[in-house]
Amino acid sequence: MSISLRLLAFTLVPLILFTGTTLADDFTQKDQDRWQKEYMSVVEKGRALWVSPKLGTNGVSCAQCHPNGANTHPETYPKFQQQLGRVIPLRDMINWCILNPLEGEELNPYDPRMVAMEAYLAHERKGVPMAPGKH
Amino acid sequence: MNSRQITRRSFLKGMGAIAAGGTLPVSLVELAFADSSRNFTFAYISDSHIQHIKGTQFVRNWDRGLIRSVAETNMLLPKPDFVVYGGDLAQLGTQAELDHGAEMLAKLNYKYHCVMGEHDYYLDLGRYWGKLFGPHYYSWDHKGVHFIVLNSILTYDKWTHERWPTPEQRMLEMAGLDNPNGSPFMVGKKQRQWLQEDLKTLKKETPVVLFSHSPIQKIYKGWNFWTEDAEEVQALLRPFADVTVVYGHVHQIQYNQIGNISFHAVMATAWPWPYPESYAQAKTHLPKITVPMNRADPFFERDATGWQFINLKTGRIDISYNLYDNTNRTVAYNRKTSRPEDTTYQSPEKRIPPQSHY
Repeated sequence: MSISLRLLAFTLVPLILFTGTTLADDFTQKDQDRWQKEYMSVVEKGRALWVSPKLGTNGVSCAQCHPNGANTHPETYPKFQQQLGRVIPLRDMINWCILNPLEGEELNPYDPRMVAMEAYLAHERKGVPMAPGKH
Repeated sequence: MNSRQITRRSFLKGMGAIAAGGTLPVSLVELAFADSSRNFTFAYISDSHIQHIKGTQFVRNWDRGLIRSVAETNMLLPKPDFVVYGGDLAQLGTQAELDHGAEMLAKLNYKYHCVMGEHDYYLDLGRYWGKLFGPHYYSWDHKGVHFIVLNSILTYDKWTHERWPTPEQRMLEMAGLDNPNGSPFMVGKKQRQWLQEDLKTLKKETPVVLFSHSPIQKIYKGWNFWTEDAEEVQALLRPFADVTVVYGHVHQIQYNQIGNISFHAVMATAWPWPYPESYAQAKTHLPKITVPMNRADPFFERDATGWQFINLKTGRIDISYNLYDNTNRTVAYNRKTSRPEDTTYQSPEKRIPPQSHY
């Protein structure tokens, strides 16, 4: 390495270390509040979809059979869904319900609406211990 | 398990075979029901939630539930003395839904009595329902038993009359089971006074059977498994020796005993509901003696839905739940323990894995 490059390195390293504003553990209550707010805004979108008669085509909503997201057990996924004969993530089951009782079209698994519904279900079940694989 | 249950079950499960040219087990049924002259039976259908999409389209799944229960009830032998429809015939209380439901109920070969559900009521406050089915609360006597129907899904006047800009919104707000904008059900003062009058001249040993849509007991307020003035109604029933309350709304098997009153819930023909215990965020009070029904399998459209066959035996009821893709259940009053009990699963050792919900 040439002398000039070495000099550059010596000047840059302290610059990065001491003038940067984003140290790994440098976050505040304000940050946490903002993240929680972001999360809850997605949970609320999920709740709105959960009770929406427009998610499918026949006016039936998820909440009609699953009030407060009950009997969905998000903490048990991925699990062996015996009716499908394979291990699936929760979103596959959400799509099954959109397709069948709601007579709608399946969502892309990465659709923000899918993420929102998963966030909503996880929120309703918070505090329930994870038990992946359990039926 | 006694012979009568086996007979009834094999009769119902065998109906497909009958249609295919099999033989009707008439003699077995007659033998099984050769009982005292005081006994009689009736059937109970409830919570069909007929849901209008547009034009002549209705949600097929819910339609099939009601059509099937009517068809099966018509095939009962011996014939039930009457049928009770337990409320929530419609989903959003529209004329289209109530008419469509009434058309299906009209195929019943028996006289039927209707109970008001909140889904029938909150669009026009029961006006069209009343036109089709008559008074919202009433009573009658049948073979020495006094039957009462209450409209238990009323709520605070302010919520009903002042809170919502349109009747459609009021209906939608009450239709969402877990909607925090809902309001607790109640029988109300007017009907309680009527009930007091109705019971005034009744002999205390007369068996009383009361039908309501919501449970006349408090289980979980968040989903309106609840009647705000339950204790006051129970107090009016307390002087009678044998009282039974049968209610819909909860879409699941529940039973309880409070003092002299036995409580039984009936199944929906549309869809099952989870037990409130399976909602992790709130405290609930499912009656301790209730053995939960099996966890529903959504891949079988009619699983954990069904209708009931009720045997009124010496003033208390045996209730047989006809569950299509599941094992039938019978809950009968046990004179020794003075409470309703499941004839198969009551003892904790007899429970099966799908009965545990978490």
